[in-house]
Formats: sequence, structure tokens, C-alpha cells
Amino acid sequence: MSESILYDAPGPRTIRRHRVYTVLTLVVIAAAFAFVVLRLAEKGQFEADKWEVFTTPSYLRYILVDGLLQTLKLAGASIVGAVVLGLLLGIGKLSDHAVVRVPCWAIVELFRAIPVVMLMIIFFYLYGITRGTVGPFWCVVFALTLYNGAVLAEVFRAGVLAVPRGQAEAAYAIGMRKSQVMWIVLLPQAIKIMIPAIISQCVVTLKDTSLGYVIAAPGLTAVGKPLYLEFHNHVPVYIVIAALYIVVNLLLTLLATWIQRRFVGEQKVLAVSAVGHADQTTV
Amino acid sequence: MDVVVDNYQMIGVAFATTLLLFVFSAIGSLALGTVLVSLRVGPVAIMRRTAAVYVTLVRNTPLLLILLFLSLAAPKIGINFQFVKIVIHTGWGDIRMTNAFAGAVVGLILYTSCFVCEALRSGVNAVPVGQAEAARAIGLSFGGVMRFVVLPQAMRAALPPLASTLIALLKNTTVAVSVLVLEAAYALKQLLDDTPGTWPKMWPIGVFVLVFVVLVELLSFLSNRLERRWSVAR
Repeated sequence: MSESILYDAPGPRTIRRHRVYTVLTLVVIAAAFAFVVLRLAEKGQFEADKWEVFTTPSYLRYILVDGLLQTLKLAGASIVGAVVLGLLLGIGKLSDHAVVRVPCWAIVELFRAIPVVMLMIIFFYLYGITRGTVGPFWCVVFALTLYNGAVLAEVFRAGVLAVPRGQAEAAYAIGMRKSQVMWIVLLPQAIKIMIPAIISQCVVTLKDTSLGYVIAAPGLTAVGKPLYLEFHNHVPVYIVIAALYIVVNLLLTLLATWIQRRFVGEQKVLAVSAVGHADQTTV
Repeated sequence: MDVVVDNYQMIGVAFATTLLLFVFSAIGSLALGTVLVSLRVGPVAIMRRTAAVYVTLVRNTPLLLILLFLSLAAPKIGINFQFVKIVIHTGWGDIRMTNAFAGAVVGLILYTSCFVCEALRSGVNAVPVGQAEAARAIGLSFGGVMRFVVLPQAMRAALPPLASTLIALLKNTTVAVSVLVLEAAYALKQLLDDTPGTWPKMWPIGVFVLVFVVLVELLSFLSNRLERRWSVAR
């Protein structure tokens, strides 16, 4: 990467110096790796009976069906809810009428500021606690819908504002109504730039479903406990669960990059922060 | 209202713990994030690769899982934080910074530093190429280019995403409830546990939500002020 702006193409001495750095880094990485492997081996974490559970079909089904599938269900339900809510709040924030704009703004600011864990706890005690096992599931969905809906509202707003102004002006000029301009002209163009941002929000949602653990909701994080209680294999369990999360999230990220390249091209990525300033558009 | 008034000492201690979690994790993750970003944009390929792999892996792991690993799995392989035993006695009760607290701070640092790294990197990328080229053209060394030209501009550009990262960190401190750190979410859970009926629960909920909204808005206001003061014409 000699085309980096930060440094010139290296000369012979610098190349030699970099070679030394490379070797040093490799040594450090190898040492760290060896330490971890030795420590794991020393504490007997590589023994077959600690890992056997992950090759046993019934337990594998438990991890994938009660864990991964539930997590995907939670994330899916939350994202669908969040997109709908985000669309409504985002358009509401662009409204010409203060009666609509101000409440939408307040809702967005409020739910972006409350930690998701706290939101889940609140819903759990107000709603989920008396409703058996489905209660926590819906508490997680409600909490994630509200939080991500508030974040996506900003994405939708920024997306609509990112459409060139001439588009709306032209639409008004041929006599369209406000709602027609929004639904026929602005949103279809805005959606295209927003899709990658929405998918990266899916990654956030998927990670946040794990927080349901706090209110005993199902999911990939929750299946760990019965497993390590039965087999005393805390380390393998968490390594496997983390790997599953990482794989699913990387697949989502790949999808986002592909869609970005396919539909958006070289345009700038829409960047909206999850919290804080309400008036960012594109970076 | 009684629930809140009767327990104001417990609530105060809980929020103090939350703020301490935030401060320690913020300092740690800013430091580690800076190290990561200097590896990430530096000239040595293997360092770039290592930092990138670390960021990708940790960023895609839920924070809760990292905290659970540190509190449940790490002790099994001899990594624990038992040596941390700080208890601050206050008039309202003890602020306990023991192994659970230390584990949560380490987890938050490991997790947040990835986002700090990405924020700083976006800042470096936002500096126009011409700036660095001009700096090199007048004969500045790599250190000079970084110190006098690139970093001052990169810091400013990185401020908004950095502030978002810190606000997210403040909210993420509540995840520490899962490893039994007695912070705000834990206190709220306890209060709601002890309060029968729906309407009486609204008081503690309202107070906790309000405090968080105030804290978040405060951070956001500070970053806006800094941004305005530091902003440069482009």
C-alpha cells in the first residue's frame, strides 16, 4: 500500500527496517498464540469430552434451533418493526407541521438515549414478567424495535435529505402533492442509498439480541448456560457461540458490501451515528 | 415516588459506579484504540493485517458475550481479576470496584477500542491527500507529516464519530448488569423487583431514564461545543 498518503514509497533502508518490524510482530503474535494454546492445554480445555458436545447431533440441534434460530427470529422481528417505525418517525421528523415533527423528534431522542438493556428490563417488569416464556421474547423485540426504529428514523431522514433537491422541486412543478412527492419521488431514490445503512443496523440488532440474556430471553447467548452447567466446558462453549455470531455478522456485512456495490455504486456511504447529534447527513 | 426517595443512596451509588465504569473504560479504550489505529494505518503490512483482524473479530462479537467470557470462562483458564479490591466508602454506601468491576472494564475496553480505532481511521481518511502531499513536498518527515499536518486535522474530523462511540460506551456500561456489577441497570432491576404494581414502578423508571437522557445530552452537547471550536474551513 505504497499509495498511502501518509508515507512515501520506502527506500532500501526503510524496507529493511520494516522487515525487522514484520519479524518482531510475527514473534509477538506467535508468542501470544502459543501462550493461549499452552494455557488452554494446561487447563485441559482441549480434552475431547469438553468439545464432544458440539459434534453430538441432539446438542447441535439445540444450539442451532434453540439458539441461532431464536436469535435470528428475534433480530428479524425487531428489524421489520424497526424499519416500519423508523420510516414513520423519519418522515414525521421531516413534516412541515410542528405538531407531528416535535413528538417524532422527542421520541427519537428519547429512545436513542436509553440503554437497550435498561429498555429490556423496563419492558420485562411492565409486561413480560407475567407472561411466561414468550414474555421475554417480546420484550426483546419491543426494546430493539424502539431503539433501532429511532436510529433508523435518522437514517431515513438523512436518506431523503440526500436526494438532490431538484427532484422534489421538479415533482412539485408538475403538480404532485406533498405525500406523492415523498412516496413516488423521494423515498424510492432514498431507499437505494439507505439499504447498506439498514443492513449494518441489522448487524447491530443481531448483536443486541444477546442482551435478552439479562431478562432470560431465548437466543444464542442463552443456550450457553445449560451447556456449560452440564459439561463444565465454559471456554469451548463461549468460543463456539462467539464464532457463530461472528460468522452470521460477517455474512450480513458481505451482503451489505455487495448491495452497496450493486445498487449504490461509488456514491458516498450514508453515515448516521447511532446516538448524539441529530443533524448529521452524509460524511 | 417513595421508592426513589427511600432509595436515593442506593441509586446515587449505582450511578457513581456507572460513571466510574465509563471513565475507566473511556480512558482505556481511547488508549488502546489509538494504538490499534496506528497499527492499522501504518506502513508495516503485518501490523495492519493484525489490527484489522482484531477489529473485525471483536466488533462482530456481542459485548455481553465478551463480558460473560471474562467473568465465567476466563477464570477457568487462570485469567481473573481477583487482585482488584478497591472499595470506596462514601456516606451513601460502598462503591465496590472488585473483580466483577475490573472484568467489566476490561471487556468494555476490548470492545470499545475497536470502534475508537474505526472512528480515528475515518478521521485520518478524511484528511485530503493534497495536505499530506504538500507536507511531504516541503520536506517533512513521516513524524512531521503526522504531527503538524495530518493528525491535527484528523482529530477534528474524528470528533463526531468519537463522541458517538463514547456515548455508546456510556450506554453499554449497563451491560455490566449481566456480570453482577452494581451499576445503574442493576439498581433499576432491584428497585423494580421490590416495587409491586405497575404505576409505582413508573417513578424509578422515569428517574433512571431521565438521568440517562441528561447524561447522553450532556456528552452530546460537549462534543458539539468542541466540534464548533475546533472546526476548520474546508
